Parts: sequence; C-alpha cells; structure tokens
Amino acid sequence: MSLHTTHVDWFGLGTIFALIGASFLALLCAVLVPRATRRVASASISAAGFTAGIVLSIWLYIESADGHTIVSGAFYRDRWTALGQVILCGIGLATTLVGHEHVPGWARSADQTRRDDHIAEFYALLLASAAGMAFFVGAGNLMTLFLSLEWFSIALYIMCAIDYDLEGSLEAGLKYLIVGSFGAAALLFGSALVYGATGTVSFHGIATAAATHGLTNDTFLVVGIALIIAGLGFKMSAAPFHMWTPDVYEGASTTVTAWMSSATKVAALLLAFRLMTTAFPHNGHLWGWAFAIVATASLAIGNFAALVQRNVKRILAYSSISHAGFMLIAVSAGSALGGRALMYYLVPYSAMAFGSFAIVAARERELGVPVTLENLAGFGWERPFLGVAMWFFMFGFAGLPLGGGFVGKFYVFAAAYRHGWVWLVIVGVLATLVSLYYYLGIVRAMYMRPSEELQVQPGGTVAVSGGAPAAERLLHVAVGAALAVSVGSLFAVQPLIDLARHAASALPI
Amino acid sequence: MSASSLTSILIWLPVAGAILIWLLPLSRYATGALAMLFSLAEVGFWIEQVARFDFSRSGLQMEERARWFGDLGVSYHVGVYGFSVWLVGLTVVAMAACTGYGFWVGRDRSRGYFGLMLLLTGATVGVFQAQDLLLFYAFFEAMLIPLYVLIGVWGGARRIEATIKLVIYTMAGSLLMLAAIVVYGLKAGTFDLVDSPTSASRWLFLGFMVAFVIKAPLFPFHGWLPDAYREAPPEVSAVLSGVIAKAGLYGMLRIAITKFPEPTSFYRTAVLALAAMALVYGSLLAFRSADFRGVVAYSSLAQSGLIALGLFAGKDLGFDGAVLQMVAHGLISTSLFLIAGAVERRTTTGELRLLGGMARGRPALATLLMTVGVISLAVPGSAAFAGEFLILAGVFQRAWWWAAIGAGAIVLTAMYMLRLISAVLHEARGSTVADEALDLRPGELALVVPLVGVLLALSAWPAGISHHSFFGPSPTATVRGQFK
Repeated sequence: MSLHTTHVDWFGLGTIFALIGASFLALLCAVLVPRATRRVASASISAAGFTAGIVLSIWLYIESADGHTIVSGAFYRDRWTALGQVILCGIGLATTLVGHEHVPGWARSADQTRRDDHIAEFYALLLASAAGMAFFVGAGNLMTLFLSLEWFSIALYIMCAIDYDLEGSLEAGLKYLIVGSFGAAALLFGSALVYGATGTVSFHGIATAAATHGLTNDTFLVVGIALIIAGLGFKMSAAPFHMWTPDVYEGASTTVTAWMSSATKVAALLLAFRLMTTAFPHNGHLWGWAFAIVATASLAIGNFAALVQRNVKRILAYSSISHAGFMLIAVSAGSALGGRALMYYLVPYSAMAFGSFAIVAARERELGVPVTLENLAGFGWERPFLGVAMWFFMFGFAGLPLGGGFVGKFYVFAAAYRHGWVWLVIVGVLATLVSLYYYLGIVRAMYMRPSEELQVQPGGTVAVSGGAPAAERLLHVAVGAALAVSVGSLFAVQPLIDLARHAASALPI
Repeated sequence: MSASSLTSILIWLPVAGAILIWLLPLSRYATGALAMLFSLAEVGFWIEQVARFDFSRSGLQMEERARWFGDLGVSYHVGVYGFSVWLVGLTVVAMAACTGYGFWVGRDRSRGYFGLMLLLTGATVGVFQAQDLLLFYAFFEAMLIPLYVLIGVWGGARRIEATIKLVIYTMAGSLLMLAAIVVYGLKAGTFDLVDSPTSASRWLFLGFMVAFVIKAPLFPFHGWLPDAYREAPPEVSAVLSGVIAKAGLYGMLRIAITKFPEPTSFYRTAVLALAAMALVYGSLLAFRSADFRGVVAYSSLAQSGLIALGLFAGKDLGFDGAVLQMVAHGLISTSLFLIAGAVERRTTTGELRLLGGMARGRPALATLLMTVGVISLAVPGSAAFAGEFLILAGVFQRAWWWAAIGAGAIVLTAMYMLRLISAVLHEARGSTVADEALDLRPGELALVVPLVGVLLALSAWPAGISHHSFFGPSPTATVRGQFK
C-alpha cells in the first residue's frame, strides 16, 4: 500500500525553513556554547538566518510572478507573501542588531553578570516568531491561518516575559497571553462558523462556496467574518481590541517591543487584506464598513489617549494603534489601490516604529529607568545622531514630508477617496492633526528643554552616570538603516509602488 | 549648465548645504561662514535665473519634470513664472540677510541652527517653484519643520506656547488642504498644476483657502501670529513675516484664484471683507502695540490684508500691485525685524515705553530705521507707495468703498510707523538705553543696507517688478488663462 503524499514546493517555503533552521541552531547555542561567546554566536546565527530569509524571499518574489497555492492549497506562493516576508526579515535583522546590545532591557535591570543567560533563547524565539509570521502572511486556509497565528503568538508571549528580572516583563507576557488567547479564540470560533457555513477552510473555496450557494447574507458566515475581524484586530492592536497594547509595549523589553510593534502589524495587516479580498469578496460591503469603523475607532482612541501619556513607550504604543487605524483605511477600501497603499505604508511605518523604539532603548540604557518625556530632556543634543533620527521618525509619523509616512498617508487617503469615502479622509486628516501634539511633544522634550531640567526621581537625583554613553554600534547601524528606509521611501516612491503593485496583483481584486 | 536646472539647483543647493553642515564637525565660526557661502551662492544662482528668464515669453519657464509616483499622476515638476521669480528672489535675499544675522550674533548650537536655516531656504524656494500640487504641499509643510525647531530652540521665554500655536494653526489649515488636494487631484487625474483643469467646487476652494489665509494670515486666522513673531529669534520673525507669509499669498494667486475661477468670484466679497478687516484691524493693533516687534508683526497682518485685497480684486492693476507689494513688504519687514533685533540686543527689551532717544549718537541706526519706516508708510515715490497705489487702483475698479477702506488704512500705517520711529529714535531717552549702546556695527550694516538698497532701487523703478510679473498687457487674462 502506498501512502499518498502531497507534493511540497520546498522553495516556496524556503524563507520559513531558513528561519526555523536558524531558530534550532540558536536554541542549540543555548545548550552547547559557553556563556562567554553565547551572545555573539546566537546573534550571528540570527543575523545569518534573517539574511538568508531576505535573500530567499527576494528570490521567491522574482520567481513567483504567477501566484498560486502550494502544499495542497495551504500556502500562497505569490508576491504578496514574498514582499511581506522581505519586510519581516528586514525588521528581524534590525531586531537582531539591537537585541545584541539591548536584550535583556536595561531599564531597572538587575544582575549584570547574568545578562547572557537567556540570550540564545531570545534569538531562537525571535527567529521562531519570524518564521511563524512569514508563514502567516502566506496562509492559504483557515487551518494554516490559525496554526501560524498561534505559532508566532506563543513565541511572542515568551519573548515578552523573557526579561523576568523586570516585574513589568512578566506582567506584560501574562497580559499578552490572556488577551491574545481571547483574540485567538475569537478567530478560531469565527473560522469554525465560516467552515460551518461554507463547508471548506480554503480561502478560495470559501469565496466559491459563498457565491455558488448564495451565502452572502448567511448568518453564520457574517458572524464568522465579524469574529475573524475581531481576532485579527487583537493582533494588529486596532481599537477596540487594543487594550493590551500600551501595557505590553511598556512592560516588555524594548527590543521586543520594537519587534512586535513593527513585525506583528505587518503580518496581521497583510494577512487581513489577503483574507478579506480572497475569501470574502462578496461581503466587501460588510467588512469594508467594519474595518472603516475599526479604523475610525483606532484613530480616535490611539491619538487622544496618546495625548495624556508621559511614558514614551506608551506614547509610541498609542501611536502604533493610531497607525493601525491609518492602514486599516487602506484595508477597508479593499481595492488594488488600497493594497498598494497598505504595502507601501508598511515599509516606512515599520522602519519608523522600529527605529523609534530602538532609540528609546538607547536612552533606557543611559538612565536605567523607563523613558518619560521628562527624562528625555536634552537627549537630542547629547546624542546628535539618535536625536536627529528620532526627530525624523516623529515628523515622519506625523505625516510631515520628512519621510515616506507622508506619501503613505497620501496613498491611504487616495484609496479612501477612490472608494467614495471622503469622510474617512477627513477623519484621517483630523487624526493627523491631533497626533501632531504628542509627536512634537517628543521633539520638544528632546531639544527644547535643557538637560539641566532632567529629573529622574522626584527628589531631584539625576541618575545619569558620568562619562560617554556606551558605543552601541549595532544599535546605530539599525537606527541608521531605519532612517535610510524611512527617508528613502519618500524619494523612491515609484519603485516601491511598482513592487507593491505586482504584489497586490496576486490578490483577486 | 542648462537654464532649466537652475530651478532645481535653487531648491536643492541649500538642502545639500544643510546636510553638509550637519555632517561636518566644524567650529561655530566655520559653520556660519559655510552657511553664508551657501546663502550667497543661492543669491548668485537666482541672479543667473533672472538673467536667463525671458520676460517676453508666456508660460512656464526653466521647467524640470521627473516621475515621482506615476500611478496617481504625481510628479516632481518645477518651473518659474515671472511673479515666482521675484518671490524666489525675495526668499533668497531675505534668507541670506537673516542667515547673516544669525552668524553675526553667533547663535549657539550653530550646526543645528544654520542647517535648519538652509533647509528653510530650500523648502521656501520649493514652494514658489513647485508645479505639482503634492510637491507644493510637501514644500509647504517642509517649511514648518525648520521653523518649529528654530523658534522652539532659539526662541524667547514663551517659545513653547508660541510653537504649539503656530503648528496647530498652520497644520489645521494645511491638512484640510491635503484633503482638498487628494480630492482635486484624483478627480482631475493629475496633480500637475500646469495641466490640471479648473474646478468649480466651492468646498475644494475653501479647503485650499483655509491653509492660505492661516499662513498669510488674514483676520481672524492670525491667532498664532503675535506669539510667534515675538518669541522667535528676530531673524526668524523676519523670515516668517517677510517670506513665509508670502507663501500663503502666493498660494492664493497660483492655486486658489487660478484653479477655481467660479468659487473665487462667488466668495470674492467674503475674502475681500476678511482682507479689509485684516488691514484695518492689523493697523489698529499695530498702533496700540506696546513693543517694537508687535508693531511690525501686526503691520504684517495689515499688509497681508492689503495684498489679498489686490489679489482678490481680480483686476489688472491689483495683480501687478500685489506682486510688487509682496516683494516690497517682504524686504521692509525683514529689515525692520533685523533692526528690532539690533535694538533689542542693545537694550535687552523691545518695549516702546522703555526705549527712546536712540537717534542721538547713533546716526546709522537712525538713518536706516527712518528710511525703512518712511518707505513702509508708503510715502510717494517709494516702492510701497507704488504697490499700494496699484492695489488700491485695482480694488477701486471693483468698488470704490474697498479703495476707501484701503486708503484709510494707509493713513493708519503712517500713524503707527511714525509712532514707532519716534518711540525708538526720538522722545526722551528710554530707561534701558545706555549711553554705551553702540550704533549699528559694520556687520549689521552689511546685512540691512543691501536690503534697503534693493528697496530704494525698487522705489526708483517699481515697474521692474510690476511690469515683469505677468506676461502680456493684461494680468487678469493671464491668470484666467492659467498662465499658459
């Protein structure tokens, strides 16, 4: 008796295997490599894994002009997947660099002699979560969608908690685990309802079944879609599913926050766009409105809540909620232009999000306490490069023409307008106006207050130890790369848009 | 070097200078000198641009176009018309003087400061040369970034509030303009200012106008103005009122009036009324203002009103006069703010009740302030007189009472300028004016005298600008034909 096995396109899964392989090697490091060289060894493996991932996914992009599913319809081998993987691996590489110097976090850091205890596990988890996300963006049916979601989520839960010297870290991990499980449960329940309504889990199959059986208004299907949107909303931290975000971003070690705030959004938004346009094209009206409302809520809550924050990581967390709102405007348009806008927006966004958290990490190391607006005073003058980079990121986030954030917003608004939603453009514009206050607040704190005002404790003890700050070469490289990407994307719009167009053409719009 | 590359050079040369200054670890003196070099080179390139500009030809000149993102019809498209040449000239000359002032007073954190001044130059020149709506918007916004930091870092004690007001006001306007740009451009299928058709949408017109009236500013959108002009370093106030405010007025001419002919005539009376109110109200506030910079700041509000009056009169003389007055007032208020800075450096205050009697023993200061003041109050034969006369003649053709309001306001101008001059130069010696307070030093003279020289030259030959701004005998026809 011969066992029938499905044909596997190994090359189509190349990026994922590269990342998993590197993850295994990093895990072996934790056991086999002596502590003295463990950090260097595991970071090198991680860097190699992500570099291989970038190369393979670029190659995959070139070789996948005709998008199709592989492994019995479980996974999409197309340019949407490939481009998403390139972005994810790029962020992963930058995280590797920052992690080398900043994991575990420096704020309230305890025993310095034990810093290298879990560094290899950190890299193993980083690579594993990246592999999960790389699989997630290409998921082709509800089963692989859920599995890969859990795959990268579990890795992220542990990454949040890995800094167990910090009480905030454990709390963050636990909070993320509980809320994340709730989101996953909603997604799973939604998937079950959709399966119940259509009798299939494949994205294409769902669309076909819904069309042939006239299921567009089927209650199970509609409730299923709503639950799936809620589940994905948790992952992309869109309001009203955002409540975990500020706490987890604040509590987790800053390198992990940088990774989560950029990569998780890339994965969740790209998947959401693919899932909606592929599986539920006939319910476009429904999920279009749903995402438009979620986007409006995210813009409102993210921006207004950020106004009253003093902790910089919390400000950036709320800013990431509001940017989820901007990108969801593109998703809600559901058009080819929306796909392009989303793909384009993610590039400068993830660079800016990653870069700004990395800079916060550098300041944390200097002070040894969480970074607030007060103790950011004078930072811009003391660390000119990081200050200028932060300046660019904040203005870029606010949509001023110092980076690709400006063009991204413009594209998103264009997509909304083409969809006939001028009101959504107005909402976006007003949200941008509100956001200026806190983005400029960070610039103000860095440059417009002298460092003599720096007060780390209410008593007035300044905790900055004398002498030059640590060299942090790798962090500078990572921030420099993020800066180059965010500014470069303002000038190289056309090439990026061409890439995004080819990627979006793989989707059935 | 081809003539058309001059437009791009004028935009990107100062930006390159800014990047160079940020990268090179030079001393304060060397940084300032390098910035001056770039500013003067910029003036040189502008002179070359004027020399090569063909005033006998219609349409866009020295055009450069490159693809930026094609799928939405956005391109990097720059070029100049007659009137934009003069505004670019105003920008580079005023910015050179202001950069020189920063060099002269030795601003601290010099690399940041001079880099931002150069960045501001590039962005402002970009506004006057951009021929694509999104590019225009990008430069329009880019002006705000250096301004924000220049005021916030080098400004006075209440600088933080001033920057917050400035940013919130101007961004509220320009973000509405962004929404209008998205709608207008996508409807037209192109964002190109030369190719795009006119529109009859009143909403879009208002979206653009709100950004321009805040930037200019006109009453009642001037809430940011007094704080910003008082708290900014004097040379930045000079740039703000002399140059940046003109970007708002330029936008009215290049976009609002040109692209929206029907809404322009629909809202003409409303805009004229706002402009007249800015003129009268600004003049009254300037007359009541307690400090040197307050007088100049509110007079800028009044002058913006006057220029808007000329633009929205929609008559030949009004357009000619508005362009002339933009340049003349730009030079006047730059000079006045620089002189205000010089006075404040000597007396530590700009409050008029603490000043006075500075003319005695300070002939250069007295002569310059007197000359600029007299030109600014539009004494017959001055550049400002020519500009105001043309504007009033233009608006008179619309209806006589607009001209009557304008003429009344010119009397007010004389009143507040003379009050300012006598409060600073004459009367009893103020309590803060020490005997040792020096006259203007050669360095300061080198900055203000050229500006005054240009003003005197314009007074001698105002037609140099007013007859060389719009091609053909009728500016109205040129505007209606979208400058083609």
